[in-house]
Amino acid sequence: MLDILKIKDDFPILKTSPHGKKLIYFDNAATTQKPTQVVEAVADYYKKYNANVYRSPHYLSTLSTESYEEAREAVKRFINAKTSESIVFTRNATESINFIAYTWGLKHIGEGDVIVLTIAEHHSNILPWQMVAEKKGAKLKYVHLDEDSRLDLDEFKRTISEGHVKLVAVQHASNVLGIINPVDEIIDLSHRNGAKVLIDGAQSIPNMKIDVEKLGCDFYAFSGHKMLGPMGIGVLYIKEDLLDDVPPFLSGGEMIDEVFEDHSTFAPSPLKFEAGTPNVEGAYGLIKAIEYIEGIGLDNILKHEQELTEYALSKLVEIDYVKLYGPKNAENRTGIISFNVLNVHPHDVATILDQDGIAVRSGHHCCQPLMRYLGVPATVRASFYIYNDKSEVDAFVDGLKDVRKWFR
Amino acid sequence: MSDLNQLYSEIIMEHYENSPNRRELENPTIKERGHNPLCGDDITLELKMNGDVIEDASFVGHGCAISQASTSMMCDLIKGKNKKEALKLVEKFIDMIHKKDVDLDELGDAQVLQGVSDFPARVKCALLAWKTLEKII
Repeated sequence: MLDILKIKDDFPILKTSPHGKKLIYFDNAATTQKPTQVVEAVADYYKKYNANVYRSPHYLSTLSTESYEEAREAVKRFINAKTSESIVFTRNATESINFIAYTWGLKHIGEGDVIVLTIAEHHSNILPWQMVAEKKGAKLKYVHLDEDSRLDLDEFKRTISEGHVKLVAVQHASNVLGIINPVDEIIDLSHRNGAKVLIDGAQSIPNMKIDVEKLGCDFYAFSGHKMLGPMGIGVLYIKEDLLDDVPPFLSGGEMIDEVFEDHSTFAPSPLKFEAGTPNVEGAYGLIKAIEYIEGIGLDNILKHEQELTEYALSKLVEIDYVKLYGPKNAENRTGIISFNVLNVHPHDVATILDQDGIAVRSGHHCCQPLMRYLGVPATVRASFYIYNDKSEVDAFVDGLKDVRKWFR
Repeated sequence: MSDLNQLYSEIIMEHYENSPNRRELENPTIKERGHNPLCGDDITLELKMNGDVIEDASFVGHGCAISQASTSMMCDLIKGKNKKEALKLVEKFIDMIHKKDVDLDELGDAQVLQGVSDFPARVKCALLAWKTLEKII
């Protein structure tokens, strides 16, 4: 059991009173709130350590470089990477995926090759591959869902065995349905069929212990801001044996070995992947986010999310005008529930809940192919995290009953 | 709840749920889709022109109560108006939503959407139809 009151105390923004009501923040899949520890770390960086990294030999530059490298080490430990050379800082998961599409993708994917995605992917794990497919004459194949709204592993097996698959790019957990994909099996099958695997970890990094060594994936992408960290800092993990196979993405300062008038050589990994002055305060804040999460324990976080999901589902199935999307139970899923209120547009639901201080998202959640597959233009999404509790779920369910008062 | 009373007033709900303007025209002169990619409001506006005059106006599509009611109200308002008059009404409506001081009477039922100006996240819902019309006449 998490000590929710103590946790809530660490998040100053939770004291906000939207429209005079107590804030209930159920939009964690979009971004989580930040604990004081992270907020203060970012301020601390500028108060105590700020200078540009790697360049200057002075005192502050050494501290700044140390802060940045400490963050790389922290991430390396956090996801159990073999070497810190594999940890590349980006802006977010979107940039991490684009990074691989524009570098490894354009270099290694060719005409007639196949890229396998799932129908539930976020646009950020679709559009970069559409770009590669268009430029290189490759083909995209989508794997769909089974009757329980989970990834159809049989379809995946059929697709991968059809051959020519160069890359499988799949989300670890869905930002709409909360389903956790069987990535162990996907990675194993993909490798046995000669395909590389990129995992979009945006929705799994906040609540699951990620061990990239054990997973064996080739690329793992995530954002800091969905795991209590600052915005604008993200991570791309590149498996050690592929580091030389991935060309630099952006070029310029910091990533070079030698520059001549007509050609250049690059610094070793990971610096060759990080052109320009990086987001050092973001990386430093991320250290504190990792510490905070580890202090609670990822197993406890997922368990808490599942308890709230199960509790919310048990209340929502009782309401006949609420249509739920996704599996009917809380097993093997994160704290995300997508639903619609019959005859009420999700945007109206979200506005009415907002008047009660309840923050949810409405829309297509950057998953239009999934929405089309589900046959809806949009859904409402409630997503839970460590500072949410059952009394908030109760208020949310009451709020939904209010929605119907406006739409008879 | 008073704010919501303004947003979801009876007249808005009536336009949302039972709009006579929600239909397809036979041989429309102009047909134009408008949508808000982020929230999914999606309408197709149909106009039957007689020279410079909008003889009939209708819409199909889906979206939130505000976007659909606003579209229906606009259709009511522009029927029988010429392009210049219609554009003037569009301008007036946009000004109202942006909290500018305008004479509301000319806007008919659509003046009840004034309350939307207090909901910044919903402004684009209310404006969708009007911006679509502005593009095509």
